[in-house]
Amino acid sequence: MAFMSTIRLAEIAHARSGDKGNHANIGVIAYTAAGFEFLGRYLTETRLAEYLLPLRPRQVERFEMPGILAYNFLLRDVLAGGASRSLRTDNQGKVLSAAVLELPIPKPPNLAEMQRPDGATNQRT
Amino acid sequence: MLIRVGNGAGFWGDNLDAPRLLAERGGLDYLTLEYLAELTLSILAHQRSRSPDGGFVADFLTVLESLGPVLAAQPKLKIVTNAGGMAPVACARQAAQILVRAGLGTTRIAAVSGDDLLPRIDDLLAAGETFSNLDTGQPLGDVRPKIASANAYLGAAGIVEALAQGARIVITGRVADASLTVGPAIHEFGWSSSDWDKRAAATVAGHLIECGAQATGGMFSGWTPEISLQNLGYPIAEISEPGHFTMTKPAGTGGAVTVDTVAEQLVYEIGDPRHYLTPDVDADFSHVQLVQSGPDRVDVRGAKGNPAPPRYKVSMAYRDGYMASGTLVVCGDQAAAKARACGELILSRLKAAGVNLERTHVECLGTGDSLPGVWKRNDDALEVVLRVSVHDPSREAVERFVREFSPLVGSGPPGVTGYTGPRPKPYPVFAYWPTTVAREKLQHTVEVREAEKWG
Repeated sequence: MAFMSTIRLAEIAHARSGDKGNHANIGVIAYTAAGFEFLGRYLTETRLAEYLLPLRPRQVERFEMPGILAYNFLLRDVLAGGASRSLRTDNQGKVLSAAVLELPIPKPPNLAEMQRPDGATNQRT
Repeated sequence: MLIRVGNGAGFWGDNLDAPRLLAERGGLDYLTLEYLAELTLSILAHQRSRSPDGGFVADFLTVLESLGPVLAAQPKLKIVTNAGGMAPVACARQAAQILVRAGLGTTRIAAVSGDDLLPRIDDLLAAGETFSNLDTGQPLGDVRPKIASANAYLGAAGIVEALAQGARIVITGRVADASLTVGPAIHEFGWSSSDWDKRAAATVAGHLIECGAQATGGMFSGWTPEISLQNLGYPIAEISEPGHFTMTKPAGTGGAVTVDTVAEQLVYEIGDPRHYLTPDVDADFSHVQLVQSGPDRVDVRGAKGNPAPPRYKVSMAYRDGYMASGTLVVCGDQAAAKARACGELILSRLKAAGVNLERTHVECLGTGDSLPGVWKRNDDALEVVLRVSVHDPSREAVERFVREFSPLVGSGPPGVTGYTGPRPKPYPVFAYWPTTVAREKLQHTVEVREAEKWG
């Protein structure tokens, strides 16, 4: 098997997550259009469902938000009861985004085109 | 023409100084204060059942006290809040007393009601509503006797009516969070009920500011120590008549308003971005664009709207037993293994005592247990927080559980600490039951009076 070099998703995207009852969502926002296109291929519903399998989501659905270069993932019944009934510390899915940013993805050949421009603050114009 | 709407509270329990700091420096036309999460109303219903004067978010009164001088100095500033919770009228009465004491007795206060369906459930069932669970499809049947609160998400209409009647302080119960912003925009710009794109734009604005500092650098996943979160500025939407708006924050405050911080809040707690549903509009977020137009200024364009859905969302809560969580800190060699053993001891000792709890959960925080199986497992830490949580129909069983922590200090493995402080307290569970109701079955009511006449 050929060795495949990987990077953390955090190198080319940022994210936020939260709850809706027993469902959670994770919005993953690419830093650049090249990254958005790349994630379209690699950050699929299947890939995310596999990564979060231990949390047993009933369904993972991906929606595109091309205007902000984002994919929104809706994870159904992933919170073990949600804010009111879940016994987990993270009963509202607040840290799912942090976990997803650690997800390993194949290292793209044009990685530099996907990273936040060096030296910039977090402002893009 | 342009209005500046700032939100100074993102949830019940948010920073008490933020509304005043935002109003003092924000140059606002409207200050919104958003307090109601999905289950807040069940807690407020519980409070009202114990005290007839309770049932609203009392934090708002503390905030209003602090806003007295600002309201006096800025005669055009208005406040729109859902602090009314289960009792908008009781909240308005208390708010009125504060304003009278502040010398603002002629200020008009509105209470907007009509969201509370609890007294009407049987009538609505008889009229053909089923209140099946929106997520699971389950019929209401089983939980009907245990329902503690049932509130429809009303839209902006009641707020618009209140403002049209000259209200300066508008206090609502449950309304869609974004409606706190949509109401002022409709009132100021006179948008027609079919200006769907404009309503969608204001809904995006409301969505972006409703969680307070989360739009201005709080919770930002690109956190660095360089973005100061000290004196964090709360968000302001500058909305113009055609429905464009700019996100910003008061000058000289901490945090950041950038394409990145705003984009993260745009995706926060949404489902299908093509259909963000409120009673005001079916808003399409999917083609919204963000452009950095200056330091701490982001222009927001591209929201599309379609006619509002025929059914309103309803958030019900039903009584579902008791829960409690307790923690211990376990240190030294084999800390993770010892913490796991402590967790098992707590549960097995309870079993031996004849206490069989319905649901239990053991976490060894520090080893990756906040998302077990997702975080890389780390069993090498020299200190671990053991957290054990339980849920059971019986309060007595849960009360027995919370006694099991301190004994482990002397009867468990070595290195157990963190047991001082009060014993964990069992609390009642109000489980969430999302459902819907036909919009024609609801009617808001608006009461507007000068503060000195609220008595």
